[in-house]
Amino acid sequence: MSIRERLSGNEAAATAMKQINPDVVAAFPITPSTEIPQYFSTFVANGAVDTEFVAVESEHSAMSACIGAQAAGARAMTATSANGLSYMWEMIYIASSLRLPIVMSLVNRAVSGPLNIHNDHSDAMGVRDSGWLMLFSENNQEAYDNLLMAHRIAEHKDVLLPLMVCQDGFITSHSIENIMLEDDEEVKKFVGTYKPEHYLLNKKEPIAVGPLDLQGFLFEHKAQQGIAMKKAKDVILDVSKEFKKWTGRHYGLFEEYKLDDAEIAIVCMNSTAGTTKAVVDKLREKGIKAGLLKVRVYRPFPTEEIAKALSKVKAVAVLDKSDSLNAAGGALFTDVTSGMYVNNVHVPTLSYIYGIGGRDVPETQIEKVFNDLTKVVETNDIGNPYRYLGLRTKEVE
Amino acid sequence: MDNLIEIRWHGRGGQGAKTASLLLADAAFNTGKYIQGFPEYGPERMGAPITAYNRISDTPITVHSNIYEPDYVVVVDDTLLETVDVTAGLKKDGAIVINTTKSPDYLKSVLKGYEGDIYTIDARKVSLETLGKYFPNTPMLAAIVKVSKIMSDEAFIKDMEGSFKHKFAKKPEVIEGNMKAIQMALNEVQKI
Repeated sequence: MSIRERLSGNEAAATAMKQINPDVVAAFPITPSTEIPQYFSTFVANGAVDTEFVAVESEHSAMSACIGAQAAGARAMTATSANGLSYMWEMIYIASSLRLPIVMSLVNRAVSGPLNIHNDHSDAMGVRDSGWLMLFSENNQEAYDNLLMAHRIAEHKDVLLPLMVCQDGFITSHSIENIMLEDDEEVKKFVGTYKPEHYLLNKKEPIAVGPLDLQGFLFEHKAQQGIAMKKAKDVILDVSKEFKKWTGRHYGLFEEYKLDDAEIAIVCMNSTAGTTKAVVDKLREKGIKAGLLKVRVYRPFPTEEIAKALSKVKAVAVLDKSDSLNAAGGALFTDVTSGMYVNNVHVPTLSYIYGIGGRDVPETQIEKVFNDLTKVVETNDIGNPYRYLGLRTKEVE
Repeated sequence: MDNLIEIRWHGRGGQGAKTASLLLADAAFNTGKYIQGFPEYGPERMGAPITAYNRISDTPITVHSNIYEPDYVVVVDDTLLETVDVTAGLKKDGAIVINTTKSPDYLKSVLKGYEGDIYTIDARKVSLETLGKYFPNTPMLAAIVKVSKIMSDEAFIKDMEGSFKHKFAKKPEVIEGNMKAIQMALNEVQKI
């Protein structure tokens, strides 16, 4: 039986961590994810979990401690945001290349500078090629559910990669909303015990972790990481299917909202997807065939599946909450369009950079994008494909 | 989403507007509603203007943005009336609830001809009489529940008793004062 509750996104993530009860949590506080280790350390102090909580002096050490713990044979978790993740960067690559299924709760925030503590996705986008699995969450419920599924995916023998669960800083992390929680015992049963095949503290099998890896082998090891990333897709779908059987809540690689017969569609991630759903509903009432494709699994990127899902629409807008500053569109945009091209899908597609540094994203902005798409369809002219949304254009020209 | 009620809170850092919005979300949640309660974070410091929001609905809420066309506005500190556009986007068939002792003429002039209902309450008096200290958020919470009719007075009182017992488990002496503040505020809030 699910339990009806109301929690903030940070409370939801901390609750998931409590129910998972990992062996080790190492974290350093940074806004807006600070509450997660804060709540979790209370659980440790109250004896609600028997986790070893390592209060490190920096995020570099937080990830290092997680790597050490996971390599030793323990299940390790952490939480961070923005510059905290930047400070981990070196160790982020080490974690994935050592094939350590560490799980992180990443509360998305703009990477400075100048200093900004509010939401965008520049932190996550900075590590998109680091070999971590990346799941995005529309709301507190999805942040919770994705964390409950995280270890089953990351620790699967075909995968063995670290995984981060993203949610929007403040917008969902600090908003109290309804949520359905699952029973402690059932979570424990679903997540299961961590049984690594190879680990440092196994005295029957002495191994080295992370030795020198030069011209002769690194290439093959990197290719293996890539293969694991590809295989993760099926694992994610299998675990999600099992999760649905248990909770009734359905998750795929992405969510299609009224996309079936849509003529115009938005592709986006995290909380903006919820706002887009509300706009889609309003437009549908006016007879406008709008739809949404909400990316849940960003790494591995479901190239083929997304290309297929978008193949029947007449125009697409991809919304990036991070500016890649490359004169070639946002990261999600280039992923989506490259996937479409390779799979022979040719739909006019616009790139929108939006919501940078916590700029609010009201329904009117989303409506504007759908209006733009209608215009592209009517005129058969894409105009400038690289656009901003909600920007005071005159001030930057 | 026809049943959706959107509320915007204006207060100053330290007055508990954020806490009040979370308590309102809690109370509405306990009557079976779908809720959102969230502050707009800025550079937080004591005395700075802050904004907090509530969405309350019978059906799931998916929108994640600030509120631009609220049904109700709550002003916890009347010194904000001349510096913040508190009625911005406020619906005509909605209402504004202000913690103030200022005259109706003054209020009408600073609210720039807002055509909806204006309610006032002296939350300072309520708070000082019942709690002995100035905590405007509890009376303002009661005032907005009364004005918006999100739930009945009885359901609200019953729910708040429960949440205060939980919230102040280690300070049970303040529960009675807070309950009195709620009762008094429910009676004192009035339309001008």
